[in-house]
Amino acid sequence: MTAPKTLYDKIWDAHVAHEQEDGTCLLYIDRHLVHEVTSPQAFEGLRMAGRKVRAPEKTIAVPDHNVPTTLDRVSGVIANEESRIQVEALDKNAKEFGVNYYPVSDVRQGIVHIVGPEQGWTLPGMTVVCGDSHTATHGAFGALAHGIGTSEVEHVLATQTLIQKKSKNMKVEITGKLRPGVTAKDITLAVIGETGTAGGTGYVIEYCGEAIRDLSMEGRMTVCNMAIEGGARAGLIAPDETTFEYVKGRPHAPKGAQFEAALNWWKTLYTDEGAHFDKVVTLKGEEIEPVVTWGTSPEDVLPISAVVPAPESFKGGKVDAAKRAIEYMGLEVGQKLTDIQIDTVFIGSCTNGRIEDLRAAAAILKGKKIKDGIRAMVVPGSGLVRAQAEEEGIAQIFIDAGFEWRLAGCSMCLAMNPDQLSEGERCASTSNRNFEGRQGYKGRTHLVSPAMAAAAAVTGHLTDVRELMTETETA
Amino acid sequence: MEKFEKLTGIAAPMPLVNIDTDMIIPKVFLKTIKRSGLGVNLFDEMRYDRQGNEIPDFVLNKPQYRDTQILVAGDNFGCGSSREHAPWAIADFGIKCVISTSFADIFYNNCFKNGILPIVMPQEVVDVLMKDAEKGSNARMVVDLEAQTVTTSDGESFPFEVDAFKKHCLLEGLDDIGLTMAHVKDIDAYEAKMAQERPWV
Repeated sequence: MTAPKTLYDKIWDAHVAHEQEDGTCLLYIDRHLVHEVTSPQAFEGLRMAGRKVRAPEKTIAVPDHNVPTTLDRVSGVIANEESRIQVEALDKNAKEFGVNYYPVSDVRQGIVHIVGPEQGWTLPGMTVVCGDSHTATHGAFGALAHGIGTSEVEHVLATQTLIQKKSKNMKVEITGKLRPGVTAKDITLAVIGETGTAGGTGYVIEYCGEAIRDLSMEGRMTVCNMAIEGGARAGLIAPDETTFEYVKGRPHAPKGAQFEAALNWWKTLYTDEGAHFDKVVTLKGEEIEPVVTWGTSPEDVLPISAVVPAPESFKGGKVDAAKRAIEYMGLEVGQKLTDIQIDTVFIGSCTNGRIEDLRAAAAILKGKKIKDGIRAMVVPGSGLVRAQAEEEGIAQIFIDAGFEWRLAGCSMCLAMNPDQLSEGERCASTSNRNFEGRQGYKGRTHLVSPAMAAAAAVTGHLTDVRELMTETETA
Repeated sequence: MEKFEKLTGIAAPMPLVNIDTDMIIPKVFLKTIKRSGLGVNLFDEMRYDRQGNEIPDFVLNKPQYRDTQILVAGDNFGCGSSREHAPWAIADFGIKCVISTSFADIFYNNCFKNGILPIVMPQEVVDVLMKDAEKGSNARMVVDLEAQTVTTSDGESFPFEVDAFKKHCLLEGLDDIGLTMAHVKDIDAYEAKMAQERPWV
């Protein structure tokens, strides 16, 4: 009998194409996602060495970081020259090397981490990489998924493998039920608040527990998406009926007998009883509150009921970092988080740009208007999410409330396209990073869930979403 | 890739924790389709004002740190985005070694692909090295990868750990793709086996 294995152990073992004596492995990659920002140098490297893409059928490219999200983009011209050159380079490289491609003009275009699962490219038990740190998203399917640099993008294009050593196993368990108004985003932020942004360094996290099991695939993707913000190489959730139901019938998912064969294997993808974890963190689902970030690191997380903390309440280098963050964010120590007035609301990104996220925000906004003077935008994660939201009437709720209804892309999450904060502008954002300058030079970001973002849009300040929910919703 | 030789150079102190890759190279410089020329924009928003003038207080703008080859940094250096533009910018500036108590995983790996040695040291050692780096250009720190030691300008030596294979590749300046191509038969064999076992992939 073999020793009990974790989910990570099982996926790892199923992908080792070669192992050196020192444990360095060639890990086979099942899906390689590619976008325009981190790939041009890799394709150029192939060209210069006269190499081909080894498995173009397993390579999927889509432009997302740079693309404008305004409706005039259908005219086909990107005004910013450097952005245009990058997108054109991807067009050219995708064609030349024969990889799967969703150009800007395709309704299926969107954020690479939303398109992959939506099209059924991401399946349980796979290895998935992309030159983007939020590749962790795909871990929601029980796929080993992580970000890589451009040299590694070139390596995967050329060899369909990565040179890797195994990480350690970490378990994050969320027990019990979430309370009303608390979402997957609050879970993932609360975990980072607990472990810190380096707490997962050297580990692959498996998220488990009742509160995780209860999440939809969209919610699970939100949780895994931010595993990287906790420092982990990847986040994983064991596949179950929720996963299989989501995958079934997607364009690139297996069909018929193939699906049954796949399902048989997928059902073996769980952590065995007694398997060893090197680190374990447990949070009680009932105790998680709607949270917001106050500072410039995703670990600067507090419940919405809290106040801006004193830097002296931290230890070591974090004291100076907190001082710097409070100054950068323009806050006062002891200020109630709910007293923080905002200028802008951004709903979207690979963290919260899926249909369920838009539904959650729309549920709060229905029949309401955003506060006068607030700039608010929704950027659906893909063209198909956008189309579905229009069909469900959600788009109209956003528009009636005063939101801009945009086309798909990464948009203000990293502000490489024209969607940016100006100096000092303060944003309640459903994205994943509140770093200095992330959403625009000297812009100020508070990370929140879609429902919390909607609530802030209505009141004009950071708000406990439960105050805007009806009695039946909070019961 | 250039071989990593024994390094004797100026070390600059950057004690701030959680220095992310957005700080190392802001997104506006990611629109390039080349790898070179990013050094001038390393730490751009900390280093220059909006008019492009140098901010004199920033460590790398100080006369004694202009030729920095070693960074001694706060915890969790290189967190955030996977952008390899960060190590490209660091290398292009002339920095060949970064020392911290911890690094973000992707950044750590990216360094080795670009001839940069990231060194993890315990807090008490980083504290000593940070003090040494504060001495500026009069002090020279020595990083010996072969011996796996960092030596302060006062001659105090500290050992460090590094993965044996990564060390070998850095010392020899080996190209990863070339190395992997030597195992192409193993990859072929794996693919053939998977075509049987997991044909849906």
